Amino acid sequence: MTYLIKSLENEYLKEEVPEIRIGDIVRVHNRIVEGRNERIQVFQGTVIAMKGEGPAKAITVRKIGAHGVGVERIFRIHAPRVEKIEIVRHSKVRRAKLYFLRDRVGKKARLKQLRR
Amino acid sequence: MKGLIGRKLGMTQIFTEEGVMVPVTVLEVGPCYVTQIKTPESDGYAAVQLGFGEVKEKRLTGGVRGHLKRANAPALRTLREFRVQPDELAEFKLGQKVLVDLFNEGDFVDVTGTSKGKGFQGGVKRHNFNRQPKTHGQSDRERAPGAAGAGSTPGRVYKGKRMPGHMGHERVTVQNLKVMRVDPERNLLAVRGAVPGPKNGLVTISLARKNKVKKAR
Repeated sequence: MTYLIKSLENEYLKEEVPEIRIGDIVRVHNRIVEGRNERIQVFQGTVIAMKGEGPAKAITVRKIGAHGVGVERIFRIHAPRVEKIEIVRHSKVRRAKLYFLRDRVGKKARLKQLRR
Repeated sequence: MKGLIGRKLGMTQIFTEEGVMVPVTVLEVGPCYVTQIKTPESDGYAAVQLGFGEVKEKRLTGGVRGHLKRANAPALRTLREFRVQPDELAEFKLGQKVLVDLFNEGDFVDVTGTSKGKGFQGGVKRHNFNRQPKTHGQSDRERAPGAAGAGSTPGRVYKGKRMPGHMGHERVTVQNLKVMRVDPERNLLAVRGAVPGPKNGLVTISLARKNKVKKAR
C-alpha cells in the first residue's frame, strides 16, 4: 500500500520549498552544529543536478571556490539542517544534468541568464 | 508480551531528529486480537496467540471460525503464538485488541519473515563460492562448484557439503532493528534497515532478544 508510505513520507517534507530548476544560482542556508554551537553557513552556486523523490530529494550545487577550485555539495532540500534556499537567478539550460560544467573553466563555464 | 503480527509495506528514507537521513522499512502492524491464552496448567507453557488481518468470515474454515468466535475476535487470516512469562498472562484477556503502541520509538526489535524465493541457484550465488578463471584454457567451468571432497580417504562427500539447490523462501529473522516511528492511528511502524520478504509479506515483530538497550519494564 504505497499510499501509506507516502503519507508517512509527507510528514518529513517541508511545507514551503522554492521551485528550484536546473541551472539556477541558489544560496543554501545550511545549519552547522559544532559541539554546542550552531551557526548558519551560506553556500552559493549553480544547481547542476537534482535527484531523488520525496524526503530524499537532493540538489547538487557547484561553485568555484578559492584559487579556482571547484566545490560541489549535495543538499537534501527537505533536510531540517537546510534552513532556507534562495534562488538568485534562473539560467537558460537545455539538459537535466549540467555535468559538462565540470570540464569547463573561466568564461566557458557560464550559463546564460533566463529572461522572460 | 512483546510481539505483534504485521505486513511489510516497503522501504523509504526519513530524517531523524538530529537531521540525519536513515533508511527505514515501513510495516503495517496490527490491530491484533488475542485469540487464545495458553497457561502452564492447560498447555504446559505460557503463551498468547494473536490474530491479524481481518477477512470475510466465509474465507475461513469452520474450525477456525469457531475458535475465533470463542475468543470474541473478528474473522482473522493469520494466527501466531508468542511465548510470555507465566506471570504476564494476567495482562491479557480473550478478544483484547493489541496495537502498535506496544512498541516505543527507540526500542530495538527482531523482525521475522519469509525471505524472497530465489529458485534453484548455483553455489556462487547461494554460498558465495569463488568463481573459477574465465581464461587460461577454461571452458564451461566459470561458476562450477569445483571439488566436493577429498580422495579415497574419506571416499565420500561429507554431509552438509554446500551444494547448488533451492535458495530463499525460508524463515529469516533480522535482529536489533531500531524503531524509528510508531503511528497507532495508521497502524504504522517504521524500523531502521531492511526486513526479510517481499512487499505485502507477513512479518512478526518482537522486542529484541539480544538488544543492547533493554526496554524498561
